[in-house]
Amino acid sequence: MTRLNIMPIVRKEFRQIRRDKRVLGLLLFIPGLMLVMFGYALTFDVKHTSMAVFDQDRSRQSREFAERFFVTEQFVRVATVERESDINRLLDSEAACIVLVIRRDFARDLARGNTVSVQVVVDGANANAAATVLGYANTIIQQYSSAILAGTFLRAGGRTLSMPIDYQPRVWYNPELESAKFLIPGLIAFILMVTAVISTALAVVRERELGTMEQIMVSPVRPVELILGKTIPYTIISLVATLAILVLGYLLFGVVLKGSAFLLFIVTVLFLVGGLGVGLLISTLVETQQLAFMIAVIVSMLPTFILSGFVFPIQNMPVPIQVITYIIPARYFLVALRAIILKGAGISAFWDQFLFLVGYAVILLGVSSMRLRKLLH
Amino acid sequence: MQHPESPFSPDPTLAHDDHAVLVHGLTRKFGTFVAVDDIGFRVRRGEVFGFLGPNGAGKSTTIRMLCGLLSPTAGTGMVGGYDICTQPDEVKSVIGYMSQRFSLYEDLTVAQNIEFYGGVYGLDEERLERRKRWALEMAGLEGKENVLTHALSGGWKQRLALGCAILHEPPILFLDEPTGGVDPVSRRKFWDLIYDLSHRGVTVFVTTHYMDEAEHCNTIGLIYGGRLIAIGAPTELKHQLDRFAIFEVHCENPVDAMDLLRQQPWTAETSIFGSAFHVSTTVIEGAEDRIRALLTGAGMHVTHVERIFPSLEDVFIHLIAEEDARREKTGAMTP
Repeated sequence: MTRLNIMPIVRKEFRQIRRDKRVLGLLLFIPGLMLVMFGYALTFDVKHTSMAVFDQDRSRQSREFAERFFVTEQFVRVATVERESDINRLLDSEAACIVLVIRRDFARDLARGNTVSVQVVVDGANANAAATVLGYANTIIQQYSSAILAGTFLRAGGRTLSMPIDYQPRVWYNPELESAKFLIPGLIAFILMVTAVISTALAVVRERELGTMEQIMVSPVRPVELILGKTIPYTIISLVATLAILVLGYLLFGVVLKGSAFLLFIVTVLFLVGGLGVGLLISTLVETQQLAFMIAVIVSMLPTFILSGFVFPIQNMPVPIQVITYIIPARYFLVALRAIILKGAGISAFWDQFLFLVGYAVILLGVSSMRLRKLLH
Repeated sequence: MQHPESPFSPDPTLAHDDHAVLVHGLTRKFGTFVAVDDIGFRVRRGEVFGFLGPNGAGKSTTIRMLCGLLSPTAGTGMVGGYDICTQPDEVKSVIGYMSQRFSLYEDLTVAQNIEFYGGVYGLDEERLERRKRWALEMAGLEGKENVLTHALSGGWKQRLALGCAILHEPPILFLDEPTGGVDPVSRRKFWDLIYDLSHRGVTVFVTTHYMDEAEHCNTIGLIYGGRLIAIGAPTELKHQLDRFAIFEVHCENPVDAMDLLRQQPWTAETSIFGSAFHVSTTVIEGAEDRIRALLTGAGMHVTHVERIFPSLEDVFIHLIAEEDARREKTGAMTP
């Protein structure tokens, strides 16, 4: 086998990327922007929910009870309600998301051992957030309830009461339950897919459109050299983008790579090869940059965003959609990424996903190279 | 004649053969459409071979087959001693190719384009440097190395594209309508470059539909409807019209005059040339008087009638008319 003559194409490709400020900006700016956007804006954590308190009892105990909500991070007191009608106004104007209503005689009834009702009015417009907030409120109220029960029992002459079941939650891998940690691996998959597929498809179709492909085809350059020369630059750029996301993820969100960097590199390259294959395949199917761009966006961005488990958990999807997710490569990549980055897991934890990625890379690059070869001859 | 500065090294097998290109029975079909229909010709080493024909006649399809960009449906072709069907890679190593699209990277500088094509052809650093200087000088682009190709005018792009196509000093050069969209002065300069290459022993195979360019070629092949209908030196082709007399006629209503002349049994073809028209006659003696008499008799004012030496365009109009007549007779479709 003679030496591969790849460098002229690689060098030219880099020069073109550097010249085209738009593409360069897109490749460098978009990952950063998306990280910040997704990391800060797309969050499932419900923190600092604005809460108003309508304390009709105005007793020491009712104040103490209300205070229980504000010692946590979850709630912030934004208003004290004086009249029933204010509740509507606060929720309508979104000045508060949740209102805690403590009835008159709260302290007296508790002292008598009666059951008292505490009302929580929540703005259900955002169903997910409302459910989460209600969950938090429920926990706080239950804890308070238990404490009173234990006190009563003690005063009645019993021993210190212990609950039959002691609830001890431990959240692994992401103890603070921060969405950012969950999203950053997904973001890597998303950005890699987008850069690999779109830029590769465009880079090849552009040459076909301009006629330079024809000029290369009459030269002694072999198809394998052309394919490698075209894909290597975008592989490098995508890997740099991955590194940038990891660094930014650490600096902004404290996401630390727990597992092996080498394993992460291998898995990423596998995923990239598949993505480059998709890009090449598109470039053999269409003739114009416009069409190539549209198809690339449709096949890379949307499925990776919606069907990979990046944002929406796959197990919550209807079964037919779940079946479709099996052909989305990012699905497998995400499992592997989260395992490596968040759990520090080795390959044994996701070998099945790994095999899927290998198969996907081999098939896509194989098919697209064959098609491109045929096109070149 | 070989230039000392550019020792083109033609393939040794060529030494036994005087021909750079040999084509036999070459055919290419796209579905049921026959783009190139059983053509055969030879191109001698070092000559400028013009491939002439209207748009869609099969010029580009032929050149693309010879360059290994397209495989023939039938027939054989040898380029630089290599078979275009079985040795496309070897063919690529002995040819240069340039199309009317100029195939440059507009977002790269002049020097970067040269470096890229030099790299693709595997030129080492020392040779690339030498050829880069040569190409810049040839294209008149010295001092413009770092200008973006995008900013160059058509003529400069054309010469740069030619430079890039022959950085590797190929003994055979294919040019597919290389002067399309370029101003007349640049066209003139470009043909000077082609002659220069030809004098240094490079075989130039060029397609065009400009008649004046065809006159510059050593040999012309006329392709029409996928078939090669004539081949020869420009003067040889013109002698095919010896049995006719060609007249240039200036009169006030050329279209009506042409209609009238066409109805006469002693005329062959008429065609418009600027404000005048050409008419060919099968009788030579007294034809000029007949033309005058006919047109004046019909009440037309005739300014000027003159017998002329046939131009290539006259030749091709005749050849194409004959080909159309032949096809009509055989029932073949006229293109």
